[in-house]
Amino acid sequence: MLEEIKVRIESAVPGCQLEIIPNGSPSGQHSLLLDPPHALEVAKFLRDDPELRLDYCSNVTGVDWLDTEQSPGHLEAVYHLYSMEKKHGPIVLRMRTENRSDKVHLPSVTPIWRSAEFQEREIFDLYGIIFDGHPDLRRIMMWDEFEDHPMRKDYVEPDDYEYEPTPHDHVLTRAKEHVERNPQ
Amino acid sequence: MTSRLTTPVYEEMPEDISDRIDQGELLEIALGPHHPSTHGVFRMDVVLDGERVVKLKPVFGYLHRNHEKIAESASYLASMPYTDRLDYICSLSNNWAYALAVEKLAGLQVPERAEYIRVITAELTRLVNHSATIGFLTQEMGASGTPLMYAFREREKILDLFESLTGSRMMCNYMRFGGCRVELPSGWLEQTKKIVEEFPRFLDEYERLLTGNEIFMARSQGVGVLKKNLAINAGITGPMLRASGVNYDIRKVDKYGIYDRFDFKIPLGEHGDVYDRYMIRMLEMRESLKILNQALRDIPAGPIMDPKAKIRGFRPKPGESYGRIESPKGELGFFLISDGSPNPYRYRVRPPSLINLTVLEDMCRGYSVPDTIVIFGTVDIVLGEVDR
Repeated sequence: MLEEIKVRIESAVPGCQLEIIPNGSPSGQHSLLLDPPHALEVAKFLRDDPELRLDYCSNVTGVDWLDTEQSPGHLEAVYHLYSMEKKHGPIVLRMRTENRSDKVHLPSVTPIWRSAEFQEREIFDLYGIIFDGHPDLRRIMMWDEFEDHPMRKDYVEPDDYEYEPTPHDHVLTRAKEHVERNPQ
Repeated sequence: MTSRLTTPVYEEMPEDISDRIDQGELLEIALGPHHPSTHGVFRMDVVLDGERVVKLKPVFGYLHRNHEKIAESASYLASMPYTDRLDYICSLSNNWAYALAVEKLAGLQVPERAEYIRVITAELTRLVNHSATIGFLTQEMGASGTPLMYAFREREKILDLFESLTGSRMMCNYMRFGGCRVELPSGWLEQTKKIVEEFPRFLDEYERLLTGNEIFMARSQGVGVLKKNLAINAGITGPMLRASGVNYDIRKVDKYGIYDRFDFKIPLGEHGDVYDRYMIRMLEMRESLKILNQALRDIPAGPIMDPKAKIRGFRPKPGESYGRIESPKGELGFFLISDGSPNPYRYRVRPPSLINLTVLEDMCRGYSVPDTIVIFGTVDIVLGEVDR
């Protein structure tokens, strides 16, 4: 199924690089890795193609892959597509960033599927992927002044946690450390 | 159905309104976050032209606790009670969605009796949710007290069933990967049958009160219309989508669990307005009763847990899965990535409440503030799930 779709996309969108990412679990939901420069065209093809008609983008989410010895780390955006007209799916799409720095860009699919609007904002907020072409890219869950991206695997929470009224045990230890570091 | 009242609608948003705000022509105010009609802590930043809404921006995050991060640092099973707290009206549906995703990930088979119990509890949850939603909706229209109390009277009976089955009225924490936690208590099925038999009386009474009510019709017909194409494109699911006339119900499409064994229909709306969204929920309750009657009749004896399912040392093979169910609010999905460790590497909740709010501005533009509250009420959100 996914091989067929891959061949059809390659003939419809010339020059695009696709790769099938196998899934080892019994769910058998393999995914298709897109190259970001052609992603918007591919998305448009998937939505409008009369045989596929993937008109419904259900789930959009981010994944953080840390650096390993074999390969450098990257951030990933995962899309689960279904068809409300043909009632099939899911087709899983992925896009990967080059690295895990603060300035990583991916194209937004919100112009194709509006259901991605809030979900891409959430990825921007919690993972720090900047979606080019998103109509309203702001933080959604955290407040606007917040600086880090909490869902990243190497996120360290800031040392301004709320104290308990009567600190004890490890909270007391942390409270003491905090006061030592930040004398009033 | 009779011809409907129409209200003028701003088709497109005015280009630039910041000048008109500066000159005091338009009024910019925050609706919420602390108000009973926002169903929790939720804020809408609205720009008003007199009484009419010109612009509406929802503001989220007041209840954000990063549920997903917490789940990634806990074992698979440890997140099960936490899923109750997402949509705290429908905890059993949430349990099922999570269990389904993990079962897909690990390849577990659910025994027949457990599947029946899941269907029965999930459909009871749908009754609870829809009756509460309609109750709150009428409250927001100004029908102070009576309809809400009628709805809560019925909800109460079902919560008693949940309590006798799971030990908790709202935070049920009942399902496990590969089955259910405890066997049904004796007499539970008979009690459920009795409640299911009596439920249509409540629906008839409720419909006599509301469906033909002139005030109710004037407030809801032609208000907050959601067009079919926009609903599909914006990923709207659940009763809201079907009220706009799209035949898409995951119980029929995916046939997860054993839903292919039951005979039930999918009610569809025609206009996509507030009245249709109310009516769809009423009709869905009647269809749920049909499913319940069949499930209660056919439930077999047998085990309720997959013998292969492990409680301790549960480590699915590396891989990923996306499992989704038709929760009372729409498509509730869980996306899991396993790296072979006892904790999920990635745990994602696809919240229907959040995504159904995508079109809130489109539905409310051009209506007055009281209509906005009513339209917002028919989206049917729970902030525990929106903010996670």
